[in-house]
Amino acid sequence: MIKTDILIIGAGPTGLFTVFEAGLLKLKCHLIDALPQPGGQCSELYPKKPIYDIPGFPEVLAGDLTSNLLEQGKQFQPGFTLGERAETIEKQDDGSFIVTTNKGTQHHAPIVAIAGGLGSFEPRKPKLEHIEKYEDKGVNYFIKDPEVYRDKKVVIAGGGDSALDWSIFLADVASEVTLVHRRNEFRGALDSVEQVQELKLLNKINLITPAEITALHGEDKIEGVSVTKDGETQVLEADAFIPLFGLSPKLGPIANWGLEIEKNAIKVDTLDYQTNIPGIYAIGDVNTYEGKLKLILCGFHEATLMCQSAYKILNPGKKFVLKYTTVSGINGFDGTRKEAPKAVVKAIG
Amino acid sequence: MQDVTLHITDREGKKHSVLMPTDMAMNVMEVIRSYEIAPEGTIGICGGMAMCASCQCYVNSNHDICDMEDEEDAMLSEAFNVKHNSRLSCQIPITEALQDLEIELAPEV
Repeated sequence: MIKTDILIIGAGPTGLFTVFEAGLLKLKCHLIDALPQPGGQCSELYPKKPIYDIPGFPEVLAGDLTSNLLEQGKQFQPGFTLGERAETIEKQDDGSFIVTTNKGTQHHAPIVAIAGGLGSFEPRKPKLEHIEKYEDKGVNYFIKDPEVYRDKKVVIAGGGDSALDWSIFLADVASEVTLVHRRNEFRGALDSVEQVQELKLLNKINLITPAEITALHGEDKIEGVSVTKDGETQVLEADAFIPLFGLSPKLGPIANWGLEIEKNAIKVDTLDYQTNIPGIYAIGDVNTYEGKLKLILCGFHEATLMCQSAYKILNPGKKFVLKYTTVSGINGFDGTRKEAPKAVVKAIG
Repeated sequence: MQDVTLHITDREGKKHSVLMPTDMAMNVMEVIRSYEIAPEGTIGICGGMAMCASCQCYVNSNHDICDMEDEEDAMLSEAFNVKHNSRLSCQIPITEALQDLEIELAPEV
């Protein structure tokens, strides 16, 4: 069981900045995120896009902002459970919480801060009849272990980077790789597109465009797929079908945690961004209140106030006043210390 | 600069006629959000970067709308429920030429 002071659900910018603010109050954080890397939307959707409204940064790439936030919080040694989705929450007799992920990892904390943005990123599933029946029986929306496909006949659908990259990678693993896309053009990095073309010429990738998967076949598992091109349908033998149509955020299981939900977001008290369940906070894009603005800078503000409130719950009656990092420096949990250099004062004699 | 009226059919089939200014650099997705014609969190998820297709709409009138750029075209090539008149509403800026534009929101995916 992972134990921490503040369990943060969502490792986007707001969640990452919480680590820093909590650290100043000597509170330790652990973050859970459904994505395999921290950064949330900033790293998943638009790492190379500039953001212009982060105070003090006239322009910063979303990916760089994530790296900076990780660097800023590093000395407070946050823990991460990545690639897992927070599934259930159980309140304990002492008021603390146990949060369990979809993979069964358990986390115990007295404070939970939901910084889940628009929700956890779920794969966009194609509308194919009975597709649910084949999930994990040949149909997968993520590739966790490419070895599973060794010497198998694999059909991939999609036109973005992940469809291209996995087709390239599996060309040397699977016995057959077929890539099906609705258009002749792909929305991926130029070198990936060129590599797929080369592998097609070498007969290592069977490229079918413009075409669509229109049906799935098999008794208990995938045995074939129907591919429709120019109005004609052919059935391809397949051991695996991997639709890669991107990810879409869904509030998901958090919606069933007994929290007050409004407009697909969690209602909070603007005093400290606590939800209707004491000890559970919601900060950043995932919350709502009158006048709410979904901006990273607002998430930073909410995280800061939330940490002060959490400190009071965790340390009842223990006096503390806000300190300025320029004056007090930063004492990392890893033993490091950052502080402003002492000014050199010379007496005029 | 005068305001324009747009006619938007929501995902439940209800029609809304809404007025929008043309001088605030808005796009059609933002019009939909500002009038809450689709619930928050179900539209404009990527913020308007043509990266999620949550604001896909069908254009049902014959207005001369700006041409599709590569990013929009590519996103639509991966989206679901795409028709010949599909557009990403975040990529349609509000101009006076859009007076009486008729659009219908694509289903939520």
